[in-house]
Amino acid sequence: MELTADNLNCERGGRTVFTGVRFSVSNGQLMQLTGPNGSGKSSLLRMIAGLNEAASGTLTLHGGHEDLAIEQQAHYIAHQEAVKTALSVAENLSFWRDFMGSGDVDKAMAAFDLTRLSSYPAGLLSAGQKRRLALARLVLVPRVLWLLDEPTVGLDAASLARLVRVMAGHLEKGGIIIAATHVPLGREPDTRLELGQAA
Amino acid sequence: MTLILALIRRDLSLSIRQGGGVGTALGFFLTVMVLLPIGLGPDQALLGKIAPGALWISLLLSVLLSADRIYQQDYDDGSLDIMTMSPVPFELVALAKAVAHWLSTSLPLAIAAPVLGFLVNLDPRAIWPLALAMMVGSIALSLLASIGAAVTVGLRRGGLLVSLLVLPLYVPVLIFGLSASQAPGSSPDIATPSLLILLALALVSVVLSPLASAAALRSYLK
Repeated sequence: MELTADNLNCERGGRTVFTGVRFSVSNGQLMQLTGPNGSGKSSLLRMIAGLNEAASGTLTLHGGHEDLAIEQQAHYIAHQEAVKTALSVAENLSFWRDFMGSGDVDKAMAAFDLTRLSSYPAGLLSAGQKRRLALARLVLVPRVLWLLDEPTVGLDAASLARLVRVMAGHLEKGGIIIAATHVPLGREPDTRLELGQAA
Repeated sequence: MTLILALIRRDLSLSIRQGGGVGTALGFFLTVMVLLPIGLGPDQALLGKIAPGALWISLLLSVLLSADRIYQQDYDDGSLDIMTMSPVPFELVALAKAVAHWLSTSLPLAIAAPVLGFLVNLDPRAIWPLALAMMVGSIALSLLASIGAAVTVGLRRGGLLVSLLVLPLYVPVLIFGLSASQAPGSSPDIATPSLLILLALALVSVVLSPLASAAALRSYLK
């Protein structure tokens, strides 16, 4: 399986964010996106997630599910955690499990050390715990492509180590990860994409 | 299908736990119906005459009270982003959220309306036609409100704007809802055809509202 981008251009509100972006990542590879603020890291991830449209250029996933679009085979974790504060940790995860297909809530909670918080209302979680709850979606529902936008924000050292472990496990199973972060992710990225200067 | 049911279930339990939705709307409905006889004076015949119209207009306004919240929270916390990446069409997500609004707000209001009718001397024979017409009409009310909510989702304090956008769309529902709420035997007897037209309006909005809402939401997410 291989995700390739050819000559991607991005425009936001009339301003050109980046032009001519090319990359290719395949099974078991980690791609790290770097670049100054405003260089389009988030825009590129949202583009792959089908949330933004490219001004021009193409994105293709070879060898994936024929019937599914790229975004339907991807997880997108961004600054907004998509956590419902009135629901408990376990209820938040079981909703996403039912909504996105199938998965194991207990395993997902264990992966990010949320088990003892399972019946806790998500509104009482700290910022870092909320982030772990968002990241638990990665383990909850198996999807091949992970799009992570600053996944480490708010995480303590132990949680960062857990994230690194979960990411390594995903890559070993043949997943693809694209992460926009400047924090070392426990291993040398297979590809590094440096987006241009901010306008 | 289970995906859609999961979403409706979540929205319902959210609306129960967070409060403020149906409670506020019911309270508003009740307050208007209490104020009306005070404002109009104790003329029972006059009250009885305007009762269906007063109930319908209060229903429209009460439904709109919570309409801007249909998509607001999911937009703010990023849940809508993730929902566009699900295996189901985004239109079904919009439909599910409108259905959840109907079940949690509009339907309870429609059920409460005949009871509140006692406050304005509603003709007892009109209770059943009114209840039926309101239950059918409330489907269209929630679905049309969903369009307004989707169009204003990215705007701060878009609540009043939703009302301005959606109330004109409510005119057909109001017209046919009123004539379907007549007591049986009144002439001309157009209650049944009106109810059928009301049903048609509900069905049309089941088709059109998800398309329009999803298109509006997509343009905000981009």
